[in-house]
Amino acid sequence: MSSPSPTAPLPLRPHPSSLSLRAQVLLWAAQRASAAVLAICVLVHLITIIYAVRNGLTAAEILSRTTGNTGWAIFYGVFVVSVAVHAPIGLRNVLAETIEWRGRSLDIAMLVLGIAIAIWGARAVYAVVVG
Amino acid sequence: MKNDFRARNHPGYWAFVVHRVSGVALTLFIPLHFWALAQALQGEARLDSFLRWTEQPLVKAGELALVFLLAAHFAGGVRLLMLEFLPWREWQKTLLAAATAFSIVASLAFLLNLI
Repeated sequence: MSSPSPTAPLPLRPHPSSLSLRAQVLLWAAQRASAAVLAICVLVHLITIIYAVRNGLTAAEILSRTTGNTGWAIFYGVFVVSVAVHAPIGLRNVLAETIEWRGRSLDIAMLVLGIAIAIWGARAVYAVVVG
Repeated sequence: MKNDFRARNHPGYWAFVVHRVSGVALTLFIPLHFWALAQALQGEARLDSFLRWTEQPLVKAGELALVFLLAAHFAGGVRLLMLEFLPWREWQKTLLAAATAFSIVASLAFLLNLI
């Protein structure tokens, strides 16, 4: 019996996933698309944070910026939706690769997380825009 | 099969670690952030009493850490998008240094305005 050739390909297999290849490609694309939107949102958010804390944070100052302001409402709405897409997909990869949690239970948990972020985020935006 | 640590101890690997750790930390923080903002539903005074709680030094330190994590995840993410979608250029090797510099500058700007 001959020993395995040193140039023989390693038995690499994709990790088992409960999702179809098409769904996995879709998640990959959604992660990049949401990242591109978030890049703009986070840059604006960082500038706002640094500006807003210059004299200390007060509710009056925050709410005077946001209450009834359609522009900020749309901005934070887009921000929340992008985070709700981006964070669960990222966490799904991290959990699969670090604690080996994979399969249907992980997919459902991450879907629930995404929906929860969207609802909590919408509530927060409503709180500061409508009050 | 475990990788030899020496194979992983390079800037690209540490960028990967920072991106993962910051991503998980920010994901954990987001529900707290939304909860805090939703205090405004119970009136301006309620939000103000929460904001007064955040004036403790330890909370301020936490805020500084969060700004650094957000800036690092942003800059590291922009670096990844550029690596994945732009044709390779020699200057892409300096993106890591630029991302690090951005994270430090943003954090310092926050710190200087905070104190």
